[in-house]
Amino acid sequence: MENRLAFNDVVDPKHHRKNDLGFFEYTYKAEITSIHRLTGMENLYRIQIVNPEDRKSFTFQPGQFLMLELPGIGEAPFSISSSPSRHGDVELCIRKAGNLTNFLARVPRGAKVGIRGPFGTSFPMEKMYGQNLFLIAGGLGLAPLRSAISYVQENRSHFNNVDIIYGTKEPSQLLFTYQYDLWTADDITLSITVDKPDPSWKGEVGLITGILERIFSERDDSFFKNTYAIVCGPPVMFKFVCNMLTQKDIPMEKMFVSLERRMHCGMGKCCRCNVGSTYTCLKGPVFDYWTVMNLKEAI
Amino acid sequence: MIFKVFAKEELRSFFDTLASSNKVVGPVGIGKDRHGDTLFAFEDVDRFGDLRLDYTTTRLPAKRFFLPFRESMASFSLEKGDWKKDISYNIDRPHIFFGLHPCDINALNKLDKVLLGSAYPMPYYAVKRKNMFIIGIDCTPQPYCFCRSMGSDTALHGFDMFLTDLGDRYFVEILSDSAYNLLKNIRTSDPVEGDHVHYMKVVSEKTRKFVTRVDTTDLTKILDMEFQSDVWKQWGDRCLGCGTCANVCPTCYCYNVDESVDISLQRATKDKMLYSCTVIDFAQVAGGHNFRPERHSRLKYRYYHKHRGFVEAYEESLCVGCGRCGESCLAGITVPEVIASVRGEEV
Repeated sequence: MENRLAFNDVVDPKHHRKNDLGFFEYTYKAEITSIHRLTGMENLYRIQIVNPEDRKSFTFQPGQFLMLELPGIGEAPFSISSSPSRHGDVELCIRKAGNLTNFLARVPRGAKVGIRGPFGTSFPMEKMYGQNLFLIAGGLGLAPLRSAISYVQENRSHFNNVDIIYGTKEPSQLLFTYQYDLWTADDITLSITVDKPDPSWKGEVGLITGILERIFSERDDSFFKNTYAIVCGPPVMFKFVCNMLTQKDIPMEKMFVSLERRMHCGMGKCCRCNVGSTYTCLKGPVFDYWTVMNLKEAI
Repeated sequence: MIFKVFAKEELRSFFDTLASSNKVVGPVGIGKDRHGDTLFAFEDVDRFGDLRLDYTTTRLPAKRFFLPFRESMASFSLEKGDWKKDISYNIDRPHIFFGLHPCDINALNKLDKVLLGSAYPMPYYAVKRKNMFIIGIDCTPQPYCFCRSMGSDTALHGFDMFLTDLGDRYFVEILSDSAYNLLKNIRTSDPVEGDHVHYMKVVSEKTRKFVTRVDTTDLTKILDMEFQSDVWKQWGDRCLGCGTCANVCPTCYCYNVDESVDISLQRATKDKMLYSCTVIDFAQVAGGHNFRPERHSRLKYRYYHKHRGFVEAYEESLCVGCGRCGESCLAGITVPEVIASVRGEEV
């Protein structure tokens, strides 16, 4: 019997179409061009796709993720922390948590890694034009949110009032401290809170919901009519935050959260990221809060 | 659709024509179980005499031929700080599947939807699936079969030809050009009215033999409503979390990816390995958090994916009702019983 699959016609390793079989395992070669130590646990890796053409054609939206491959060690999903305008010259904020990330922490500058992606849904930034924006992050949630913050900075005139609310457990865990002044310089209100202050801490203390209460008391109700929110952080945090926002009658469809799950493919095949029975990699990681409320096990 | 009939003894020469130049996979007897019943399996078959077309259900589905338990996805050659990735889709020559039951054919159709029909088709599956020549054969319902409840007791597509036993001859349904041409090698004739009547009689007799039923009415909603039900805890307490159900399931495709470096440190491989959602670390993320640490939550997720999520995405269940998981479960958990108890029926 003849081979039924004219496979060479189907696979084009230099494809950029999603329906192409060659996309499945295609890995861009990329180089770690700098490693910036943010805290004791988190590093910011700047990773550049080596081929200049691929670097240019690599486009993503804030909130999307990619699969970072360390050949022989493994592959894991990471939210992209850099601005989409930088294309395939991405920054990933990575905490030392498992095998791959602990290995990555020992990799020198200049090492060659692999990138597959980008995958998943994104924060619908264009829908939010002309609106007030709450950008709320807890802990490592600032990693995916930073891409949206960069987008807002670059397109500041499209957005009305923008608040960043950020909370961590301790002051030593604050990420991207060197950028705070740049954010406020772009007329973004930045509120930071920590749970357990150290003696040198002069800022606010408590949970993010405390800051929200303060902001709620400062703004009149009409403010919230034209407000979108992006909330990134642990499920328990975005549950409380989103519930508070609903008190101000912000529709749940105007709040966006990003979920974290185990992933092996990023393309809706391995099933590891399923929440209830929804693929986080295809329908997420960015969901509106209404959808998340309807997902079993999500929060 | 084209129908033909041919005398039973012609099947041997048809097999020989195929087997002379192709790899043939079919049901064979491989031993006895503890009750003295024959155990069947899909194996490579060289001689027609080894084929057991009267088989009941194989313990393992045919999926090892198109979703192997372990498969290489890519390999790397590593050199000082740099690497090269070689992607191999493991293209094999065509396989003839001689004698698949409707449930196993429907399982392939369901797998096609998610593995081929979605935004990112999976090449590892595609190369094998496209190279399958499938000869389906009708079956006799077993006590554990509930395919009729799942709507997969007949196969409408996904095969090249389908045989129905009419006693002294086979009634054959031809779906592909290659099957039509291959059948020119044996003596066939067009069915007459009597053959049609006989065929319909065989089909209605088969339908009467089903004893196990699953009520799928409104099942997606009921699963949602009963998400916090105690019955999940009860089944979860019995579940061993061993993953056997996924291993024997013809539609389970979840996998794990594993990379390993060769001892010379010059090469590395990336393998994909079938996995099971009932295994403890299925949803565990780096840092140790497990989204489904309890057995009952994992078992529940399994039913959720099969009977709710897939229905939501593709308007049909991911379960074909072959009953293999219930037959193989070490704790005796069967799909009809679990679903009945979630529906609040006495089990």
